[in-house]
Amino acid sequence: MEAPSGASNASAYHAEMDGDTKIPLILFPTCVMEAMAPAVGEAVVRTLRDRGFAPSIPPDATCCGQPAWNAGYPEEAATVARTTLAALTDAPSGPVCVPAGSCATMMRVYWPELFRRVGDEEARAAAVEIADRIVEFTRLVADDRRQADRQGTVAYHHSCHMLRELHIHDEPVALLTDAGYAVADWDDDDRCCGFGGLFSVKEPEISVAMADEKIDGLPLDGIEALVGSDLSCLLQLEGRMRRRGIDLPVRHIAELLDPSGPTDVR
Amino acid sequence: MSDDLRTRATEALADRGLHEALARATDRFVEIRRAGDDVANLDALKRAARWQRHRVMERLPEILERFADAVGRAGGVVHWAADAAEANDIVGDLAARHAVRTVVKSKSMLTEEIGLNEALEAVGIDVVETDLGEWIVQLAGDRPSHILGPAIHYTRERVAELFSARAGEELPPDPEVLCAYARASLRERFLEADMGISGCNFGVAETGTVVLVTNEGNGRMVTSVPPIHVVVMGMERIVETWDQLDLMMTLLPRSATGQQLSVYTTQVTGPRRDGEIDGPDELHVVIVDNGRSHVLGTGAHEMLHCIRCSACLNVCPVYRQIGGHAYGSVYSGPMGAVLTPLLDPSPAATELANASSLCSACHEVCPVGIPLQDLLLLRRADNAAGGAPAAFRAWAKVWSRPAAYRASIAAVQTGARMVPDTFVPSAWTDGRTVPRPRGRGSLRERLARGEI
Ligand code: SF4
Repeated sequence: MEAPSGASNASAYHAEMDGDTKIPLILFPTCVMEAMAPAVGEAVVRTLRDRGFAPSIPPDATCCGQPAWNAGYPEEAATVARTTLAALTDAPSGPVCVPAGSCATMMRVYWPELFRRVGDEEARAAAVEIADRIVEFTRLVADDRRQADRQGTVAYHHSCHMLRELHIHDEPVALLTDAGYAVADWDDDDRCCGFGGLFSVKEPEISVAMADEKIDGLPLDGIEALVGSDLSCLLQLEGRMRRRGIDLPVRHIAELLDPSGPTDVR
Repeated sequence: MSDDLRTRATEALADRGLHEALARATDRFVEIRRAGDDVANLDALKRAARWQRHRVMERLPEILERFADAVGRAGGVVHWAADAAEANDIVGDLAARHAVRTVVKSKSMLTEEIGLNEALEAVGIDVVETDLGEWIVQLAGDRPSHILGPAIHYTRERVAELFSARAGEELPPDPEVLCAYARASLRERFLEADMGISGCNFGVAETGTVVLVTNEGNGRMVTSVPPIHVVVMGMERIVETWDQLDLMMTLLPRSATGQQLSVYTTQVTGPRRDGEIDGPDELHVVIVDNGRSHVLGTGAHEMLHCIRCSACLNVCPVYRQIGGHAYGSVYSGPMGAVLTPLLDPSPAATELANASSLCSACHEVCPVGIPLQDLLLLRRADNAAGGAPAAFRAWAKVWSRPAAYRASIAAVQTGARMVPDTFVPSAWTDGRTVPRPRGRGSLRERLARGEI
């Protein structure tokens, strides 16, 4: 479909879209987003609609199983992942959008290996089948580039799995600059934030030291927010910044792309 | 040294000087490595290298035999050591047979692994490390903290102190002065040494050649000046053909130090031949297993592909924070966390699987494509073979039932809002403040009801 000019005028755009047929899309919201940031989930939904999708969440989807898989408990990971896999398989066809790089990696890259490891051939085959449909949020949205004139300078954190397993690097930055934001230079914006799931609890001192080095490198004077595409990393960085008394806003990228979001990042 | 990773890491983290030295050194390694991205088809070369390493490992026993035959034909003697004790005995016997009093060594992590220096020193032999970094560490009575830069945890001021103490005069912290002092001191030792011991970067099976990659020239001295040269070689450090060597040599210096070629690439085929001026009278190659053959054919076999370039250490955000010593093992960083428990599955070693946030930076740079993060995961799963803790089993039960999942999400939201600091483990909240939830209510229900 055609992107109307002046897409920054969100309401006009919506009016124009209303008569349009939207592409059905399955949204896998992720447990962290549902529990800790349903407001970000709303921004994800609105952004997807704005790009011509009709998102729905399968009621029986739960979690991708990653916490247990990364901790070394494949049986438990498979028990949970199987539930979500079944829910997604039952849902209508079309892309499965995941607004978190690490969960998208778990589902796309590691599910087949997980089910192979626990000897569940049927689930493994289903996981292979669905892998191609699983798409990380920014990659999906970046298929439809839109110019806008939002204000603000942000730092962008590249999450590890998204970067090194899904190889998504340029898309989120392009989306931000298209929307009008300036993305500040940040040395080592692609170094790990130190979250790593259970790692942040098992080795908290190392985990915090890793976050500290990232935070110390932030050009705090020149930015209005820290932005990322994976809430887990953002919780880690925000959690550490709050403890250190740094109150820089931390935002998921969907909040900055949200058609009914503020035009100013603050 | 404490045998608990967390304690060792905490001690290392408290040492700000260490962190500065590490950040500076690893940044420098990473920066210079970028210069090695000069080959246009680097990714294709890495894939080829991974495949070639596979091909060698598939037929390792046969290729090793071929190598041993060729070494023999060139006039060298091959010894097979099943473990560290056997390897040390073989070298010790050779030393005794030749009444060796002084040994000069070029850098070899394998000799660290088997404790060769200690074994030789125990029978009164003077062992001198001749790689600058190794020499610094030896003078300090310390251990290497990095497989390529053994002394990267030292500042030049500390090196000046060490050297000054040995020299009996004040030396300035000027790298040129310090290197000159080391060179002069070591030269004497080369000339008086009865035996040279080196490691081996690659053995080439088709010709029985031992290839050493060095930058200081000490490797060439160790292999040519003393009357006996002993090579201590891990059984996996082998290629079959010179074509394979060519590929590995395209990748190794680039991945290690960003060089297109290291300053010295020493190729040793047999001892000195009739009519040659330089070279030892005897060449011995000790091929060491020490746990390696157990790894063949297991899910972790790719770790044997490692060519010890150290790129994975230099990009590792965990290594960067805690340095090599905190791993409590000879090998550190991602490769150390994987390799150490493969060679010796003690609890202290298997715990190293936790020294990673699984960020995959290691896999990204590994010239032979070892999926280090997957091997760490494999180890974590092995560590948990006795069963997951009750909390994880309970979690799996609840989150495999959609209704229970939805209820628990609501509970977490409430918990995070009401008692943010008590609903996650204190290990998390000791250093971090749980952010307040953004928004409330069930995202999926609101979407289904058309409220978004
Ligand atoms: S694991 Fe790979 S990157 Fe690390 S030292 Fe070995 S070859 Fe180099």
